[in-house]
Amino acid sequence: MSFEPKIVGFLCNWCSYTGADLAGTARIKYAPNIRTVRVMCSGRIEPVFVIKALYEGADGVLIAGCHPGDCHYQEGNYKALRRYKLLKAILPEYGVEPERIRLEWVAASEGDRFAKIVNEFTEQVRKLGPLEIKKSLYESMKDDAVRHEEPIGKNGENLDEA
Amino acid sequence: MSVRVGVYVCHCGTNIAGKIDIDEVVRFSEGLENVALVREYKFMCSDPGQALIQKDIEEGKVDRVVVASCSPLMHESTFRSVCERSGINPYLLTMANIREQCSWVHVDAEDSTDKAKDLISAAVSRTSLLEPLEKRVVSINPRTLVIGGGIAGIQVALDLADAGKEVVLVEREPSIGGHMAKFDKTFPTLDCSACILTPRMVSVGQNPNIELLTYSELDEVNGYVGNFEVKIRKKARYVDPELCNGCGMCWEKCPGTRVPRKGNAHEKLSLGPTSSIYMPFMQAVPAVPVIDKDSCIYFQKDKCRICEKVCERNAIKYDMVDEIVEYEVGNIVIATGFKTFDPGIIKRYKYGVLPNVMTSLEFEVMNCAAGSTGGSIVMADGREPESIAIVHCVGSRDNNYHEYCSRVCCMYALKYAHLIKEKTKAEVYDFYIDMRCFGKGYEEFYDRLLGEDVRFVRGKVAEITNVPIHESEKDKLILTVEDTLLGAVRRIPTDMVVLCTALEAPDGLPDIAKMCNVSVGKDGFIIEKHPKLGPVATATDGVFVAGGSQSPKDIPDTVAQASAVSSAVLSMITREKIEIEAATAEIDEDRCCGCRICNTLCPYLAIKFDVEKNVSVVNEALCKGCGTCVAACPSNAITAKHFENRQILAEIEGILSAAK
Repeated sequence: MSFEPKIVGFLCNWCSYTGADLAGTARIKYAPNIRTVRVMCSGRIEPVFVIKALYEGADGVLIAGCHPGDCHYQEGNYKALRRYKLLKAILPEYGVEPERIRLEWVAASEGDRFAKIVNEFTEQVRKLGPLEIKKSLYESMKDDAVRHEEPIGKNGENLDEA
Repeated sequence: MSVRVGVYVCHCGTNIAGKIDIDEVVRFSEGLENVALVREYKFMCSDPGQALIQKDIEEGKVDRVVVASCSPLMHESTFRSVCERSGINPYLLTMANIREQCSWVHVDAEDSTDKAKDLISAAVSRTSLLEPLEKRVVSINPRTLVIGGGIAGIQVALDLADAGKEVVLVEREPSIGGHMAKFDKTFPTLDCSACILTPRMVSVGQNPNIELLTYSELDEVNGYVGNFEVKIRKKARYVDPELCNGCGMCWEKCPGTRVPRKGNAHEKLSLGPTSSIYMPFMQAVPAVPVIDKDSCIYFQKDKCRICEKVCERNAIKYDMVDEIVEYEVGNIVIATGFKTFDPGIIKRYKYGVLPNVMTSLEFEVMNCAAGSTGGSIVMADGREPESIAIVHCVGSRDNNYHEYCSRVCCMYALKYAHLIKEKTKAEVYDFYIDMRCFGKGYEEFYDRLLGEDVRFVRGKVAEITNVPIHESEKDKLILTVEDTLLGAVRRIPTDMVVLCTALEAPDGLPDIAKMCNVSVGKDGFIIEKHPKLGPVATATDGVFVAGGSQSPKDIPDTVAQASAVSSAVLSMITREKIEIEAATAEIDEDRCCGCRICNTLCPYLAIKFDVEKNVSVVNEALCKGCGTCVAACPSNAITAKHFENRQILAEIEGILSAAK
């Protein structure tokens, strides 16, 4: 029985959500692992939403907005892009593989593209396996930490072998 | 806070029920927190389906609603109306999309049912936290501001004025008329441009509903749809329009030269008097002259004052100053037209370097019967030309300058070819890339020209030179061109060259756009709301665009677009009120630290800074509810109504509650 990832998708009302609906009206089939949250603009999406989703049990998060230049509110998707890039750079600090979040532009007419993206992303996250949020900050940073002293814990235990 | 959420699960015939186990979904929903009752029905959107919801609300069993059915994009407004009719706020509703994004797209029934349960759980969590929102309604001032007095602005002004509505028409030149006033004949019918334009100009001048402000510019715009406050700068004419009767003595006697009086025929081209006190052309509306300070002897050297002396009405007032006037309007129309490309930057064409190379607009003015040559086509030294070249696509369809096609040049090139054949015995060479004759009567006009002995050469002119390599090229302008149909490079000597220059966005359009809160595109023209279905509206409610400022176009299309604007504006005015977005952003004064990060993020400039309180404030009338500022606020001071953080986080929890 293969691992079934849980994916949360944030879709913007005007383009990507409409595109996802179009996949529905065209009866295009895609993986059932995704659950969507509708927002008015991808620019509304805060990093805390993505982190909350991962924390609550999602294995992957998809953000979908309008193509650059087509944002219903002019520039919201550019803001989403900037925040997403920053988030992707920060997530590894928490032990989250950056491949677990993905930003895609989906137009209102791109139902088939939405389905394709969901299928691809679901497979990608399936290969990564279930997300394990590291219990402590030290654990997540262990491999990158610069050693200044021996990794001996409070009780004399070797922290590396913990 | 205890809430009573009613969950209504729709079968949608077999669209949902055929894949999803409705009974299981109902059972599951009954167990969710805050759910007062769950119902199911074949078609929730039908009358009996809606009645189910209405009854529960009216009987007090339910005070918030979740409908698990199709997409909100389909029926959110339907169910919002049900809520309103039944007596609860229409924003206390969420739809769980278990059709377009569930039963229709997944294969396995169990997977679909699981997903439906998660989506309903999310919807219930969110709905429990929704806040009632008030529909916002603003009134529409029936007065309209039209910026630009060319044929587009004139058409809008007349349409609205004839409908009994007030119009303020602002034009920065001394007279209305725009580019049409500079044309001799119009294609393809070859009617006289002034003959069809001037009656309209006169109507504008005489219509009591139109406040005509010429030689004036837009200074400032404040407010929002239905309620704009605009400031117009009336530039000083130095002639009192109340006293002037247009007799013309002043420009007859004026010694100042605005346009050279000596020099070659092409330098002296003008439609109106060449003196410093002048009217741009004789049929100007209003028929009141203006003093050009730069060439006026009094303003430059403090001498002369002849116009003042000869004016019987004492209308000359050298001490006039710019005046700012204010109006309240409900809608704004941008109809500022276009300007023509300056071919001087294409060095190979020698415009401004060699004589007898002229732009299409200069050629138009020369052809006007009321112009300085009396309508005759002459070379710079006054001789009649033996041959004339017309060059298409100067600055258009060119990656170095403008990628776009200027739409009108092929047709006016044909018009010129015809006029030249009519007025002179000159040979005509027409250098084209394509012949774009798309409109009514246009292809027929081209056909006619093919029979008028015009030499059509398919090739883009590479260079214009006066350096001859053969006796026959002496004292001529030689055009080098690859004749693509012949497959050879040719040198064609002519006496005169007319360059069909591209149509560009007019000077100052970015400033006007900024003032009116609209954008210009990469090509410099105003961006319309939607290229197909919204060609006259803009992203800013209450601001419309017509004519050349939206994109290059001919007169028929301009007039059609102008009337489309009038229709849209009249629709707003007759409605008297419009609803604006309720799900706007709101800034908590106490949390805001005054960092102003949100101010520059808003594409609608809806956030202002209150200097006294040191906080930012959202103008609800301008806010469209996109939420970009909400996500950016480092103090979490901004709330997006109906898409609050706590509501979205609850939705996420609801989706993943089974995952834990």
